[in-house]
Amino acid sequence: MKTSRFLAVLLTIGFVLGCTKKGDQTTEGGKPAGSSIVIGEVGSFTGDTATFGISTHQGIELATNELNKAGGLLGKIVEIVKYDNQGKEEEAATATNRLINQHKVAAILGEVASRRSKAMAPIAQSNKVPMVSPSSTNPEVTAIGDYIFRVCFIDPFQGAVMARFAFENLKAKKVAILRDVGQDYSVGLADAFTETYKKVGGEIVSDQSYTEKDVDFKAQLTAIRGLNPEAIFVPGYYTQVGLIARQARELGIKAPLLGGDGWDSPKLFEIGGKAVEGSYLSNHYSPDDKSELVQNFIKRYKEAYGQIPDGLAAQGYDAAMVLFDAIKRAGSTDAKALRDALAATKEYPGVTGKITIDDKRNASKPAVVLKVENGGFSYVTSISP
Amino acid sequence: MGSATLKGLVPWLVALLTMAATHFLIVPILPSTLSEILVFAGINIVLAVSLNLVNGFTGQFSIGHAGFMAVGAYAAAWATLALRNAGIDLSDGTFIAQVILVGALVFGGLLSGVVGFLVGLPSLRLKGDYLAIVTLGFGEIIRVSLLNLDFLGGARGLSGIPRITSFLLVYLCVVVTVFVIWRLIRSNHGRALLAVREDEVAAESMGVNTTQAKVRAFAIGAFFAGIAGGLYGHYLTILSPAAFDFNRSFEIVIMVVLGGMGSLSGSVVAAVLLTLLREYLRDLAEYTQVDLRMIIYSLILIGLMLLRPNGLLGTRELKDFWRRRPTGKSA
Repeated sequence: MKTSRFLAVLLTIGFVLGCTKKGDQTTEGGKPAGSSIVIGEVGSFTGDTATFGISTHQGIELATNELNKAGGLLGKIVEIVKYDNQGKEEEAATATNRLINQHKVAAILGEVASRRSKAMAPIAQSNKVPMVSPSSTNPEVTAIGDYIFRVCFIDPFQGAVMARFAFENLKAKKVAILRDVGQDYSVGLADAFTETYKKVGGEIVSDQSYTEKDVDFKAQLTAIRGLNPEAIFVPGYYTQVGLIARQARELGIKAPLLGGDGWDSPKLFEIGGKAVEGSYLSNHYSPDDKSELVQNFIKRYKEAYGQIPDGLAAQGYDAAMVLFDAIKRAGSTDAKALRDALAATKEYPGVTGKITIDDKRNASKPAVVLKVENGGFSYVTSISP
Repeated sequence: MGSATLKGLVPWLVALLTMAATHFLIVPILPSTLSEILVFAGINIVLAVSLNLVNGFTGQFSIGHAGFMAVGAYAAAWATLALRNAGIDLSDGTFIAQVILVGALVFGGLLSGVVGFLVGLPSLRLKGDYLAIVTLGFGEIIRVSLLNLDFLGGARGLSGIPRITSFLLVYLCVVVTVFVIWRLIRSNHGRALLAVREDEVAAESMGVNTTQAKVRAFAIGAFFAGIAGGLYGHYLTILSPAAFDFNRSFEIVIMVVLGGMGSLSGSVVAAVLLTLLREYLRDLAEYTQVDLRMIIYSLILIGLMLLRPNGLLGTRELKDFWRRRPTGKSA
């Protein structure tokens, strides 16, 4: 008896939860047309890549607050509805569906990781809701449909940038690669690097690999040491890169390490310490950029969050600004008009460079190459597509 | 004889009518958000029920179910992608697409079942913790292999899978899974499984080939996990090895334990409850401004385990409760 009563209570709770949700839906459905423009955001605020989601969100939030303070868009306030996906694809998909069908969002901002963007994009596409990814660099993301955009460059470009930089600027003729086979990002960069580097005439002397949770890289590094490369391309995330740098120096490898935007975190210096000094990475923007636009952004961001914005925050900010700009030009939040306006984005002055959306709905803009120096990143050069 | 054949047809007719009703009456009015959550709930039911066959009914603690799900998911997706590249139209909603998907699901399920058989053969000689560790290791092996298989996309994942999993098909799979496993545990073979769970030595002395019984349960469980994987892949359109890590295995184990090890309806209730809970707790975040979902989710799990260590239903089924009620009152 007692057990069945308990079960009944539980089922009731389930039903109540179900019902409140339905109630929400009707009020939500009736509201949005009026006072505000609702934009959805899906990000990983918890889980393995939480810092990426949080940084991006802060960038988006800053853009939105500034816009609303300046009077909003088309006479309306912009409201961001954000959902966490815990770093899981299916959560990203359900969150997207919810944003579109329950909150009737005008557009969606997200995701950082390509595999989650790929789970969201088909839903946005089939509902004809424009989606702008701040920093999903995998080429396939925007190929999903004509409503999917991004404001960052793609992996092949970033890999090619470093290949050209290594060959032309560093004059390195022999390079070794140490890739993370557990990350699509790392594999994409390594493949693109290999292709371009061979094309310009360089030689890849070794292509070693590790997986996400490894902490010991001595075997791979010893193999690399024997071949005497002039540089080592390590397109991983900051945690492992820091460890790799330390272990490489312990083994007496003096060649500089090269990497991509996955290095961009203060944690890189905490973990890598002195070992990462003298390495190079490609990134979306440089906080050292002296232009007023960038310095202003950094100042405002610092006031709001007390830290220097990383590349992801800058990308989030730009994604939101490009979207707002498109809504302004479209003159409405009508999906078709907004899509066309986004596709027509030309030379938008973002903090990560002048953004032009090309015919594949990718942003074409220069990448910057940074050097790790004195516990910080310093600007070396910009490389255009 | 004529009337006997007719009688035999009745359940099929009922099934067909229910399917038609679901497809033409329920699916069109279902809000898309709810339908999506229910699809994931359905997939979770298949996973939980199939794992219950191994963990609950046979008493072999396996925590590698995500591995079997991954095998089925990748195999089915690979099959449909190959067919699409051969020029077959697999756009959403066509009847052909549904038929092909069923074929792909069965293919994925069978492959997963074979893998289950191969893994089960050596590892099921182990017991308890040792078996759990072996299955955990197996799940990781599958995931790491997928990371390194380039023709399946490696770390980048397999994308561009046609989105052809329909609501109807998911629930058809749910019904088939529950029905097959329900009939199985009430058959000779099923009794053998229960005997293995209760006392392996006694079962063996009664003439039950315990290893064979365990491997059989393992392979059947893997088969249905593979089917669930296929449904998952063709719904989400992208598969990545990261989606099948041990966290996924634990999620399924939690559903089984919460529902009651050895209760089919318990697994169904727990799978639906946990899927809905995680989604509807999102609404709460709108009031609290902080995402408390995982905290509440965990608290509910802890609370339930303290109050009902045997799971919601223990080893009983939902219908047992309805039957007991009147007798309980009269007594």
